[in-house]
Formats: sequence, structure tokens, C-alpha cells
Amino acid sequence: MADVTLQTGTAHNSTASGALLAADGTPLKKKLRQALAVSRRRAFLLVAPLLLFILASFAIPILLLLVQGVKDDTFSSIMPETTVVLSEWDANSEPTEDMAAALVADLISARAIDRSLPTKVGTRVNREVSGAISLFKKTTRKAAKMEAPFLAELHKTDKKWKDINYWRAMKIASKTITPAYYAAAVDKKYLADGSFTDQPEDRQIYVSLFLKTILVSGGVMLACILLGFPVAYLLAHLPSRKANLLMIFVLLPFWTSLLVRTTAWIAMLQSAGVLNDLFVWVGITSDDQRFSMIYNMTGTIIAMTHILLPFMILPIYSVMKAIPPSHVRAAKSLGATNWTAFWRVYFPATIPGIGAGGLLVFILAIGYYITPALVGGQDGQLISNFIAYHMQKSLNWSLAAALGGILLVLVLILYWLYDKIVGIDNMKLG
Amino acid sequence: MSSLPPYTTTGQRIWHYVFLTICALIFIFLITPILVIAPLSFNAEPYFSFTDGMLAFDGDAYSMRWYRDILTNGMADPTQASGWGIFFDWFWKALSPFHTAPPSFYTDAWENAQWIRAMRNSFFIGFFSTLIAVTLGTLAAIGLSRSEMPARGAIMSLLISPLIVPLVVTAAGMFYFYSINFNPDSWFNGNPDASSWILAQTYAGVILAHAALGTPFVIITVTATLVGFDKSLVRAGASMGAGPARTFWKIQMPLILPGVVSGGLFAFITSFDEVVAVLFLAGPEHRTIPRQMYSGIREQISPTILAVATILVVLSIILLTTLELLRRRSERLRGMSPS
Repeated sequence: MADVTLQTGTAHNSTASGALLAADGTPLKKKLRQALAVSRRRAFLLVAPLLLFILASFAIPILLLLVQGVKDDTFSSIMPETTVVLSEWDANSEPTEDMAAALVADLISARAIDRSLPTKVGTRVNREVSGAISLFKKTTRKAAKMEAPFLAELHKTDKKWKDINYWRAMKIASKTITPAYYAAAVDKKYLADGSFTDQPEDRQIYVSLFLKTILVSGGVMLACILLGFPVAYLLAHLPSRKANLLMIFVLLPFWTSLLVRTTAWIAMLQSAGVLNDLFVWVGITSDDQRFSMIYNMTGTIIAMTHILLPFMILPIYSVMKAIPPSHVRAAKSLGATNWTAFWRVYFPATIPGIGAGGLLVFILAIGYYITPALVGGQDGQLISNFIAYHMQKSLNWSLAAALGGILLVLVLILYWLYDKIVGIDNMKLG
Repeated sequence: MSSLPPYTTTGQRIWHYVFLTICALIFIFLITPILVIAPLSFNAEPYFSFTDGMLAFDGDAYSMRWYRDILTNGMADPTQASGWGIFFDWFWKALSPFHTAPPSFYTDAWENAQWIRAMRNSFFIGFFSTLIAVTLGTLAAIGLSRSEMPARGAIMSLLISPLIVPLVVTAAGMFYFYSINFNPDSWFNGNPDASSWILAQTYAGVILAHAALGTPFVIITVTATLVGFDKSLVRAGASMGAGPARTFWKIQMPLILPGVVSGGLFAFITSFDEVVAVLFLAGPEHRTIPRQMYSGIREQISPTILAVATILVVLSIILLTTLELLRRRSERLRGMSPS
């Protein structure tokens, strides 16, 4: 009876089991699910263009970079036969005639395609053992006239070929997928038998460079906290008209070009610069003993602190603005001294701001490139500068990619921390 | 803060003034470097430091030569105008719509002067990368702030990451990627003579890179404005028969416009200030202002850079003032007292 009346009605339909029906007779649950799917799809379609754009122009390039760090086909593409023969060699027994023959044949055919190709191979092998470039040039010149037995001919051409280390270096270079560059990025050497060993003392630079970069970023972060906290406190507790006026001192540097600020610090800190002139005039130092404050680590740290300080002040300021003044008053009315009220009540409430600003400053500092490159001199260079150096000057792209990969992992860990602690939704600007 | 209550002890007073002094010193640290470049840029000598004459306020120790250098450096024939007249000349010829047969001086400056070229490049690249960033970023922010958005957190992290990943890593990755020839003829048929569709060393490559770097700012600012956005307004519009496009342009867009504008501003500034991607991806003819400054500092350090820097500082002061005035206006419009 009830069923009949309900099914003839149009507003509230339901089946015998009691499930609600929509106007067209489908269960309401299903209808709702469909509607939600439609709106989910709509929301996703709005995001899709940017997602595709970022994937194509940002994420895929970075993935390619990571691949480049483990991939090097210079040797295997130019010297295909040698690569095959070397892969069967155990790297300990004496080089065979087959290997020599393949080497000579590959060099001849490579030279026929392009005269610079054998040198490219030599450069690649040279990264494993020095002296390989000249060896390859010399051997390529004479390769065309060589006749079997090739091993003896090679030995006659250059006695370096008697040294098994050159053959081992070629075996390492012949691997297309190789951990050699990531190993080099952490000061390890990848050997022909597949094991790793430490680089020689004088070539161990990257681990200490990473540590230095982390240390400098930490130092800059600390300096920013120490300088940023009092300023944020002052700004948060002044009447807003005055605070807005003083805020200009923070926002003007924030909006000023990075290059402008770096240039300004060169004018300030160089030996004939404003600060040194001032010191001489005041009498802190004499004219011939001016401080060297730039083109070294000091310059890098001062300039980076100045550039990143606004990123510290703004988050602390916005957190401090939200702390009710009644909390400190309550603490004082309960008998706390000024210091106790500040340290036990006020300061803990500012920790989220310090955390947000500190992490942001650290993340930005660890990847800094331009400022160290311009004011860092010799000892003020950070890891980014070496990545750029290997990309542009030494053209060791795979090492650059491996260093970049490690830096990326460091930054992503920090980013993950930032997301956990602060939440990227809470990231604010200006 | 500024006036102390009568019951403060001497110790508290001393601490109060010590604190104010510390803050004053930090403010000096923040602002001095930016202010100091302005007088230095009027140096008559090719140095980065104050000469004795400048300190004695000797008029001859100051000059406009570095500003003149901005306009003429790199020109084929900079001698056509000289002295102070060059400014009037240049502006007259640049701005006047009446001059018949464009004087070769003006064309020469427009085409060849290094800094003017750099400025044109900066604005060109900045405009198009901002356009891409704002369009895609606003759409995405609207999608992301819908509660039905699937995998919101993961996608948001990915879209914000260009802000976080070190620029050198991004630029190096783009360098590999943009050096690939995307011509399908070369990809699928292995035709070595296929015409090159390579993004490296083109305007397009730099614009795409800058657009990717600018989108996080648009997403952050627009999502922030959307938090306060009342969705029932859109529903009200739709219930009166407006289509999705109409509700978007007539209702949602005007309300989130401040976020869009400030996101766009951030994106533009990012592009305008960016060097690393330009260093890796651009050819010599795509040099932007910061790129030009970078090589200026590295190679031939001259006060011209200080003059450019001063102009940029003046620009950012104008920008900051405009933003502050806009903020006050919007607060007044919302019925709040300007604070």
C-alpha cells in the first residue's frame, strides 16, 4: 500500500527495500556518486592543463637529469665492438688480442665518421685514468696502418697499453648505466671489478662541499633567526601605522632584484668599499690594512643573510600578530618575571613562525647559486656553483647531474619536512 | 612599545633602549646597501667607491655619464648625440609620434644598445611567461580549492615544487630536455637533416622555463583568496541561469582578482629577476637585464651596473607604493579603517 503511493509520487521515490530513488528512478546513492564523479572530474580538468605543463616543462626535465646521472653512452655508442668484448673481460686477466682488435677496428670506424669522436672517447676514459686523451689521439693516428696481431702493435705504439689500468678504465667507461658518477659525487671511485674505493685524498672535494653548503645554509638560517626575531617582535608590537612604515624596510629589500642587492654588497664590502672607508675614517683599521670582506665566505654569508632575511621576518611576524597579548599579561599576573613570561609563554608560541621561516631560508640557501658565484671568490663557492661549473665549463654533465640529484634529494627531504610541520597550504607571500 | 609605563624599573628601561638600538641596527643592515648605490651611481670616476670629491660634495665629482652609458653602450654610433641633450633627444625621439623618418640615432639605440635590448627582452619574456603562469595557475588554483579535487595534497606539492627545487637543478634539467630535437621527423624516422625543433637558445624556451617558475606564486596567492570565497555566490548566479563561463567571469573572477593580480605580479618579478635559467637556456641575443648585470659584475665591473641598479630600486619603490595604495584602497572599500 505504502509502496504504491510512494512510487506514484515524484518528489520522494524509494524502492521496496527503502532506498531513496531520484526522479528518473535510479537509486539516489548511485546518482550522488555520479554527481560527485562529475564534479571530481571537473575539478581535475581545471588542474590538468597546469599539471601537464609542469610535468612537461619541469618534472620530466628533472627526471631526465636524474637519469643522466647514471647514464653515459659516450663510450658504448662510439665503440660498440670494444664494449661487447670488454663486458666479457674479468678486468684482472691480461688484455686479449680480441680486445685489441675490437679497439683498433672501432677507432678506425669512429674516425671515419668524425675525426673528433676518438678524442671524445679519450676524454671519457681520461676521467677514470689520466693520460688517456693523448693515448687515444696517438693510437687513432696510427690505427689505420696497424695489422694483426693488434695487441703487439698497440704495445709498440705506446707502452701505456701494457698498463692494465687503461683497459680497466675503458671497461668502466664502456658501461652505459653506471654508478660511477653518483660514486664520484660522494668521493668514491667505481672500479672495473664492480667495487668502490675512496678517491685519492686530493680529489675528495664533494662530501666536504656538501657539508660546507649545509653548514653555510645553517649559519645563514641562524643569522636570519637572530636578526629576524627582534625585528618581527618590534613590528608586531608597534601600533600598526608605525609598523607599516617600518615594514617598508623589510619589504623594499624583498621586492628589490637579487642582482641589485648583490651589486650593492659588492659596493659596500669591497676593499675600497663604503664599509672599509668608514672603518678607516673611524680608525678601526689603517688604510693599508683594509678588511677583505668580499670574494670569500664572509661576503657570501653576509649577502645571503641580507637577501634571505625578509623570508624569515615575514612568517615570524604573521605568527606573532596572532598571539593574544593577554597570554603574557596572564603569565605576569601569576607572578612570572618579564623573562619567564617571554621564555615560557611568548617564545613557545612563536616557534611555528621560526620553524616556517627557518626551513624556507634553509631550503632557499642550500640551492643558492648567483650570490656565491658573484661574491664568493674561491672559498665561498657552494654545491650549486660546482653543478653549474660541470654543466658549463668542464662539460662533465653526468657528474653535474649526479651532484644535482643528491642536492635534489636533500631539498625534497626538507620540503617534505616543511609540508609536515608547516603545510604548503600555509605558505604565504609578502 | 614606544612609551614606557611609569612603573618600569631602570633595568627594563635600559633593556628597552638596547632592544630599540638592536632593531635600528638591523634596519640599517637591511636598507643601507640598497640606498648606498644611488649616490655611487652618479660617480664621475669609473669606481665602485666614493671619491674624495664626492665626499666633499664637489659638483664635478658627480656626473650622469653612467646613465648615459645605459642608453648608448653597444650602439653602432653613439656620438650622434652627446652631453645632456642626449636625454631630451632620446626621449623626444622615442616618445614623439610626430617625428618623420625615424632618426637613425633612435633606431640605433633601440636595436643595438645592450641595456635597451636587455630591457626589451626582460619585458617580452616577463610578459609572456606571466600570461602563461596566470592563466594556467588561476585555473589550477580554482580546481585545487574545490573539496572534490582528487589527490589534492600530492598534486599541490608537485605544483609548488618549482619554488623549492634549487634553480641550478631545474635549469640543468631543462637544459638537457630543451636540447632535444622535438621534430617528429628526426625522432621517428631518424632523419638527421630534419629541421631543428629545439627549445634551447630560443625565447620560447626561456618563456616556458619562467612560466614554470612563476606558477607556484599564482597558485599560492589565488588559493589564499579562494579560502575566503563564498561558493554560494556562484550557485546563486547559476540558479539564475548563468552558464559556467558567465559565473566565472562575472562573479568569481572579480572577487578573486586581487589574488590573481598579486600572483601575476610575483610571477612577473620572478621572471624579471631570474638569471640561472637564462644563463643555461638563453643565447646571447636573449640576454635579460639581470643576465646583463650578471656578466657586467663578472667581466667589466663599471658603475653602469650601479646606475641600472638604482633605476631598478626606484622601480621597486614605485611598485611597493602602488601595492600599499591598492591595499589601503581595498581596505577602505571593505569599510575597514586604513591601518
